[in-house]
Amino acid sequence: MSSLTPTSRSWYKRNEIALTPWLFLLPAMLFFAVYVIVPIGQSFWISFHQWDGLGEKTYIGTANYERLLGIGDQNIDRKFETSFWNNLKWLALYLLAVPAGLFIALFLNQTVRGIRLYKSLFFFPFVISQVVVGLVFSWFYLPREGLLNAILGLVGAGPVNILGDPTLATYGIIAAGLWPQTAYCMILYLTGLNAVDPEQVEAARLDGAKGYKMLWYIILPQLKPATFIAFVVTIIGALRSFDLISVMTNGGPFGSTRVLSFYMFEESLSEFGFRMGYGSAIAVVLFFIMLGFIGYFLYAMWRDEKGAR
Amino acid sequence: MHSILKTSCAAVAALGMAASAAFADGHQLSGDLKITSDMSNPAPRAVMEGLVAGFQEMHPELNIELTIVDREAWKTQIRNALGANPPDVVNWYAANRMGPYVEAGLFEDISDMYANGDLPGLDAVQGALTLDGKQYGVPYTYYQWGVYYREDIFNELGLSEPVTFDEEIANCQVIVDSGRACYAIGTKFLWTAGGWFDYMNMRTNGFDFHMQLARGEVEWTDPRVRETFANWRKLIDMGGFIADHQSYSWQEALNFMIDGEATSYLMGNFAVAAMREAGLTDEQIDFYQFPLIGDYPQGEDAPTDTFHIPSGAENKDNARAFLQYVTSANVQTEINSGDALGQLPINAASGVDADEFLEQGFAMLSTNAQGGVAQFFDRDFPAEMASVGMEGLQEFMVFPDHLDDILARLEDARQRIYQ
Repeated sequence: MSSLTPTSRSWYKRNEIALTPWLFLLPAMLFFAVYVIVPIGQSFWISFHQWDGLGEKTYIGTANYERLLGIGDQNIDRKFETSFWNNLKWLALYLLAVPAGLFIALFLNQTVRGIRLYKSLFFFPFVISQVVVGLVFSWFYLPREGLLNAILGLVGAGPVNILGDPTLATYGIIAAGLWPQTAYCMILYLTGLNAVDPEQVEAARLDGAKGYKMLWYIILPQLKPATFIAFVVTIIGALRSFDLISVMTNGGPFGSTRVLSFYMFEESLSEFGFRMGYGSAIAVVLFFIMLGFIGYFLYAMWRDEKGAR
Repeated sequence: MHSILKTSCAAVAALGMAASAAFADGHQLSGDLKITSDMSNPAPRAVMEGLVAGFQEMHPELNIELTIVDREAWKTQIRNALGANPPDVVNWYAANRMGPYVEAGLFEDISDMYANGDLPGLDAVQGALTLDGKQYGVPYTYYQWGVYYREDIFNELGLSEPVTFDEEIANCQVIVDSGRACYAIGTKFLWTAGGWFDYMNMRTNGFDFHMQLARGEVEWTDPRVRETFANWRKLIDMGGFIADHQSYSWQEALNFMIDGEATSYLMGNFAVAAMREAGLTDEQIDFYQFPLIGDYPQGEDAPTDTFHIPSGAENKDNARAFLQYVTSANVQTEINSGDALGQLPINAASGVDADEFLEQGFAMLSTNAQGGVAQFFDRDFPAEMASVGMEGLQEFMVFPDHLDDILARLEDARQRIYQ
């Protein structure tokens, strides 16, 4: 009967409980490492080189960062500066999608005939591709034939060329981006509203709460998980904005609508981009900006969970 | 659709005949030949397929594999394609545009083919394929640039083709007074502004100066460069260019010319096909060489499209035979004719198709371009300089007052790029 004694059981059998979770995690961890962790490391590594993506790499230390951020006797890279500020504009204005989505969700959260159809129509912009959204909006903004100028003409306002004006173009693209993003937030809130406890609403109503007070003290606290997710996806969406810019203005006019991700692409991978090292340095900077935001959200989530216990 | 089909059939048949006539005594090739082409627009695609069909007919044993990639996508895909397991023949562009791939050793040096007479009739165009004294590919077509204009509107206003810049400005004033713009242009994708700069600079300071600038030997803040921009500004300030051009592609801007709201277009010859397709007849359009500014022999833009052998190719002998075939006089005549590519053949022994614009362009380039033949802004200048430069040129066309800032930026880029 020696085979049943603990000492003779196989090593795996002895450690089964501890090992099995890791075995299940292994494939995911492997893929995560190969497709996420390693490329991040490579980006860091390449950002210390001068490399055209074809020939040999030359190690140049932190020269790419010095040029990008204007450390030492050189000026800050103006394209980088523009891209960075545009990223901030995106972040700030894109968040309008959250209250707008909430408003539409509250508006649609009623039972009338055909409400499903209205909901689907409001959700429609999120379903179509960003490229299509970009195209539709660039036609909308066209300086002469565009619908926007036709409408402005009716009220007597002069024609504007939004995408051709360096001071307005970024706002024009953000407005286009808000259309699908609002729909996304709306869906998040609609599902959230389904989970709102009707008894609490009833109790509040008996206590005389209505309108704004009902929304602020009764509904919104119960929508907190939805709000959290809406913020996260909107912020990440703002930071990775790329396709709309590429379709609507291609970074122009004269580079005024670039954001960091687009600038990175332009420097390293586009038609005339042969600066892999410099592109990687931009990617690294963008990585840290994103890390800052995501870190904050993880921390907020962790704090909330701790508070809930 | 009908015309495209007809064209492609005609091209295939014609190529087949030309090929069998020219190479009837050639030895048979066998094995594989992998070609990746960027000739994805309908007419060029038919030509490329015709080329493969013709070559196949000559060498029935050969197993030819043709991949056609979208022309715009190829501009970024090429670096991956040349890396691992590359095809045997690829399309690209001449001059500095080859630079990154030549420096990385990804294009095969085929100087020996030029030296030992395998490529007869290419002496004149060899320069565009030469980097550091070696040749890295063959051209297969090129086209002239110049001013395409609405002949009917010029007649209506009593204008004639200008020869000097003063005449150009006088013409433009009449056109502007008639409520039109002189020039259609769409700068959304930047390169069209590069064409204007090429011509303004080549005419103001001469071809040689333009090339010095391209090689990074002259500062962008040089007074001569400023003079170029000052001349250009005359046309901008008088309202010569259509408004909001930064929002249009060149095709979208073409509508202004078709509707008669703008009278001329500085463009490559490929614009003619688009104009004809949009309904303009040959009586309505005509062509003139960009007018003279300074006392310099004219330099012209004539971009050349090319074939190359990747240095990692497996079937280099077959690839070399294909390059020979593409550049041979008969094939060149065929593929550049009006119902195929509609451009100029690169072989001196080829015939130019009887087309109003091809004939004018050919005459201009062979007799009236003593200054020299440039490729184009984005092919003569190194990639980075071209991209920074074209952005500055677009900004200048919209805000001419920003010139000092733009030139300082370009100069900063020049000092970094040409080290």
